[in-house]
Amino acid sequence: MKFTFHRKRIAGLLTVVPAREKCFLEEMHNFNFPESRSLKLKEVMGFDKRRVVEPGVCVSDLAVFGLHHLFDKGLLKPDEIDALILVTQSPDYFMPPTSNVIQGRLNLKQDMICLDISQGCAGFVIGLMQAFMLLEQESVKKVVLINADVLSRKTSPKDRNIRPLIGDAAAITLVERDTEDSIIHARLKMDGRRANTLIVPAGGMRMPATPETAMLEDVGDNNLRAKDHFYMDGTEVFNFVQVEVPPLIDELLADAGRSAADMDYFLCHQPNRFMLQKLADKMKVPHDRMPNNLVERFGNTSGATIPMVITCNLAERLEREKLYVCLAGFGVGLTWSAMLLQLNKVHFNHIIEYK
Amino acid sequence: MNELIEVLKTIRPEADFANSKDFIEDGLLDSFDVVTLVAALDKKYGISIPGDAIVPENFKDVQSIGGLLKKCGVNA
Repeated sequence: MKFTFHRKRIAGLLTVVPAREKCFLEEMHNFNFPESRSLKLKEVMGFDKRRVVEPGVCVSDLAVFGLHHLFDKGLLKPDEIDALILVTQSPDYFMPPTSNVIQGRLNLKQDMICLDISQGCAGFVIGLMQAFMLLEQESVKKVVLINADVLSRKTSPKDRNIRPLIGDAAAITLVERDTEDSIIHARLKMDGRRANTLIVPAGGMRMPATPETAMLEDVGDNNLRAKDHFYMDGTEVFNFVQVEVPPLIDELLADAGRSAADMDYFLCHQPNRFMLQKLADKMKVPHDRMPNNLVERFGNTSGATIPMVITCNLAERLEREKLYVCLAGFGVGLTWSAMLLQLNKVHFNHIIEYK
Repeated sequence: MNELIEVLKTIRPEADFANSKDFIEDGLLDSFDVVTLVAALDKKYGISIPGDAIVPENFKDVQSIGGLLKKCGVNA
C-alpha cells in the first residue's frame, strides 16, 4: 500500500530506557546451552547488553517519565499536545487504552485525541503515518507519538532464542507540520496469514491466562517456555525480512524517483546485527549506511528501535545538516513498512534513563 | 566436503555430522547454529551468503551446503 504526505516533520526525539542493565555474559549461564555455542552466537548476533524494566514497571511509567522530562526542560508544553498516539504490544491494561492512562496521569487537556495502536517493530512508520494524517486537521498542531514496550516481562528466563534479544524502552517523537514543502513517501504491507510467527499465545480472550499457561514447557531445542511467554519462529522471521523488505524499499524508492545511493542512511528496525548485515548485503547498501549498533547496547526494543537508531547515530549531525533517510520496520502481524523522509531541525534528540 | 565437516565441527564439536542424513531433522543444527555457520562460512570464503537462502533445506546435509556455496562461487 502506497502513501504520500506533505509538509510534515519530526520535530523532536526522546528515548527513555530503564537504568537496569542485563549482560549476556552473565545471563547465558541460565540457558541450557554450552558456553562456547552461546559465545559464538553473541559474536554473530551482537548480543551484549540490554535494558529491562524492574518487575511491575509498565509502558505508561516510561512514557510519563519521558514526557515529564520534556515538560521540565521546557521542550514541550502539556497544553500543546493535541494528539497522543501510543504504539505498543504490551499495554498496561486490556482496557482502558494506555494512551488515556498517560493523558490522565499527566493531567493533559480533554480537547485532544488519545489513540492506542497495537503494533510492534513496524510501528514507528505506522505511528508516523497516523500522526501525519491527524496533522491534516486544522485543530491538530502537535502530535506526540510514543513507541513503547516492556516485552522483557513476557520472555521466558529459560529461552535463549528470545530472552537475550529483548530490551525495553519508550521512544517519544514530536511530530508537527513543516513550513517547507517536503514530500514524504511511505509503503506498508501486512500478512495476517503469518500472524502466529510472532505471538504471545495466552493472556487474551482466545486463551485466558491460567496457572497452566504460566507453566514452563520443554519446547525442544533446549529451551523452556510457557504459553504466557513471547514466542518467535526465528527462521520464519529471518526469511520474511530477507524476502519481503528489499522489494518494499525498491518500490518506495521508485515511488520517489530515487535510488538507494540518494539515501544518506537506511535506518531499520534492529532485531539483531546479523539480520541487518544480511539485509544490507541483499540491498547492496554499505554496512555503515545501515547502522546495526543498537542491539548490542540496548537489545531489541520493538517499535522504539528506529527512533533510537536516529538518536544514537545521527543526533550530532542533525544539529547542523539535513539528512535524507529511509526508515524500515518489520515484525508482528506480520507487518513491514518503510518511509522516505528528510530529517532536519530536530529540536531535541537524546536518551534518558528511567530510575 | 571434509573442509565443510571441519567448519561444522567448530559450530557443534560434539555432533556426529558424518552419520546424519539431515542435520536439521536430527537436531544437530538449530536455527541459531545455522546463523553461526553462515557467519563462519562467510568469513572463511570471503562471501556473503544471501539472506533469503538461509532456509533449512540449504543446511540439511553437506551436499546441500556445498550446493549453496557453489551458487556463491565457492567450491568447497
